Amino acid sequence: MSMTVRRPALAGAVVSALAIELFSFNAAKAEDVTLTVALAANPQMETAAKLIDNFYAKYPGIKVKFQTLPENQLRPTVLKDVATKSGQFDVVMIGAYEVPLWAEKGWIVDLSKQYVGSSPDWQVDDLITPIRNLVSYKGDMYATPFYGSSSFMFYRKDLFDKAGLKMPEQPTWDQIADFAAKLDDKANNQSGICLRGIPGWGQSLAPLTTVINTYGGRWFDENWAPQLSSPKSREAINFYVNLLKTHGQPDAAKDGWQECLQLFTQGKTAMWYDDTVFAGPVLDQASEAVKGNVGFALAPIKEKPGSGWLWAWGLSIPETSKNPDAAWKLISWLTSQDYIKLAGEKAGWGTVPPGSRKSTYQLPEYQKATADYADLTLKSISAADPLKPTVDPVPYTGVQYVDIPEFEQIGDFTSQQLAGAISGQMSADDAIAASETKIKEIMSDAGYIK
Amino acid sequence: MALPAAPQGSRRALDVNSLAKGWWKRLPLVPAMAVVLVVTQLPFVITLYYSMQRWNLVSTSAPRFVWFRNFVGALHDEIFLKAVVNTAVITAAIVFASIVIGGLLAAGLNREFRGRMIARTLAITPFFVMPVAAALFWKTGVYDPSFGILGWVTSEIGVGRLNWASQYPKLTIIILSTWQWSAFALLILLAGMQSFPTEVGEAAAIDGAGRLYAFRRLMLPHLRPFMELTALLIAMYVLDTFAAITILTNGGPAYATTNLSYYVYLEAFSAFDLGKASAFGVIALVLAIALTVPMLRIVSGIFKEGGRA
Repeated sequence: MSMTVRRPALAGAVVSALAIELFSFNAAKAEDVTLTVALAANPQMETAAKLIDNFYAKYPGIKVKFQTLPENQLRPTVLKDVATKSGQFDVVMIGAYEVPLWAEKGWIVDLSKQYVGSSPDWQVDDLITPIRNLVSYKGDMYATPFYGSSSFMFYRKDLFDKAGLKMPEQPTWDQIADFAAKLDDKANNQSGICLRGIPGWGQSLAPLTTVINTYGGRWFDENWAPQLSSPKSREAINFYVNLLKTHGQPDAAKDGWQECLQLFTQGKTAMWYDDTVFAGPVLDQASEAVKGNVGFALAPIKEKPGSGWLWAWGLSIPETSKNPDAAWKLISWLTSQDYIKLAGEKAGWGTVPPGSRKSTYQLPEYQKATADYADLTLKSISAADPLKPTVDPVPYTGVQYVDIPEFEQIGDFTSQQLAGAISGQMSADDAIAASETKIKEIMSDAGYIK
Repeated sequence: MALPAAPQGSRRALDVNSLAKGWWKRLPLVPAMAVVLVVTQLPFVITLYYSMQRWNLVSTSAPRFVWFRNFVGALHDEIFLKAVVNTAVITAAIVFASIVIGGLLAAGLNREFRGRMIARTLAITPFFVMPVAAALFWKTGVYDPSFGILGWVTSEIGVGRLNWASQYPKLTIIILSTWQWSAFALLILLAGMQSFPTEVGEAAAIDGAGRLYAFRRLMLPHLRPFMELTALLIAMYVLDTFAAITILTNGGPAYATTNLSYYVYLEAFSAFDLGKASAFGVIALVLAIALTVPMLRIVSGIFKEGGRA
């Protein structure tokens, strides 16, 4: 093409005609692109990879190459690629924690400005509002939400009936502690409640932070001074640790959601507080005795209502992508109403990506397949507010985490101390004191505290 | 690289000559050397460079050169020092326990009895189970107070169901790794026992030596180089135990089971502080070399002709 351009003007009409021909040929050719997509290996995404032929049928010029990674490997892989600007991926699947941070750094494309406005078919107003806020930065969307989730309570109806107890739709933590004490049956090797205790900012700190929030506590005050030792946060942390130590599952310091899922489905615990997304797996994997007796209730509260957490996996386009337009076509297709219907019809309504669109919850087939928990999931998600997660004002966003880059480090340290307290190696107050010293150090080092 | 000693006389010319000749002889090695340098030494040099950077992938400030600040920081980092101690304790305990248990198993299997082949195969099997699979199985199948075998055993004998990972976190890791590595120790020590000359044993028996006495005074000295080798190999592998820690405890509670490699992992892939992680990695490497080189010296004796008396 550059040859055509360099030709002298006298070459005449034939050459320019040829040039136009070449240009138009190239424009058509530009559609013929291959997108490299980094995805987490979970059932919903595997369904997406299986249904990709339907995307090809709609956009014949675009080919898609999936790179599926386990969730814990996806994060470092994608981060390295994006932070070092390698440009290996055209679409990346990232968590709600990353979206605002990466948007601030200018690593991912502002979807609101570039695409959302010009794609009325995508029905942006149909997205559930807190989930939409979760994948936005300063009001603009930087990811399309693939699925969203909150947290709620799983419980055993038969055990509640036998003990003459009744779980309200909206329990309080005081009630839960009371239930746990009554249902704790050490002789039969069955605990009152199962909660995460294993270290990791994405493990035990998620449920604990929702407890801190509803107790009226917070991680930081408006000036980024750590608040874990404030009376309300302290009360919440002590409550969590004591509940787990007295009526929780034994050896809780080693248990994450994986172990709790197993304990609950095998009938070793009467209650479990965790992610709404596990409702499907629980009903799938439960032993015969448990299967017909699984009940659900909203996240327990103390002071602040709507205390469930909020998480979403989003699809973003890195700034380094060479084919952002084609990438938008893919991520808008994967998060469209049509795709959700397609996934329901082809792969089963139980495996439809939940929690992203209001319309999903109005589909009769979906309502039928998920009757036990769909309503409570939607209520939990809608009640969570990532922009105002606490009673007192805070300078950060995020419900069960603090959306700053330093939080992973802070969270890992704090959750280690928390596990120390749960295992009985130190008191909860010592764990709080040790954590707060470290948090101050990290925050001063990062320049939040002068 | 010992060059042949040059004779007296035109020393310089000869040196150059032999040097050239030496290089000519080594020429075919160069491609392999180059590959080895690129895949082992180059990354190390890059790690050294990274270790002097303040470089956090998620931080908003650009990477900058800070000389040895990361190294100094490591010495003031309580958890890092804890991780060094944990690494030493866990490694030493696993090496010691594996050799003792492996040695006992080997002594048992070093005799003729029915079903010996089956017993030997079974005894060696743990070594061939993948670390992650083994750790997952032990977590729920053995240690877990609700599902595990140990919980059942201890409650039957009246101790109650123990919270292994909470009460004895280090021991939890040590037992699991010992289960795997004592099979390896068994393998080497059994080979050592079978190389014990039978006539020596017979002579001792004729002289009236008891079995225990013969074992202590004859077999153990014979086994010494084998035990040293086993210790070295196990120590080298166990120093960077990772799978057991990630799966059983995530390094907790309160960093009680965080060893150096797990801490480097946390620093690199959780805090995304590549500078600090590289510095920790370099220190871990120096410590590992400081530990293994003297051991290698001791062990290298067995490779010499005739071994050691």
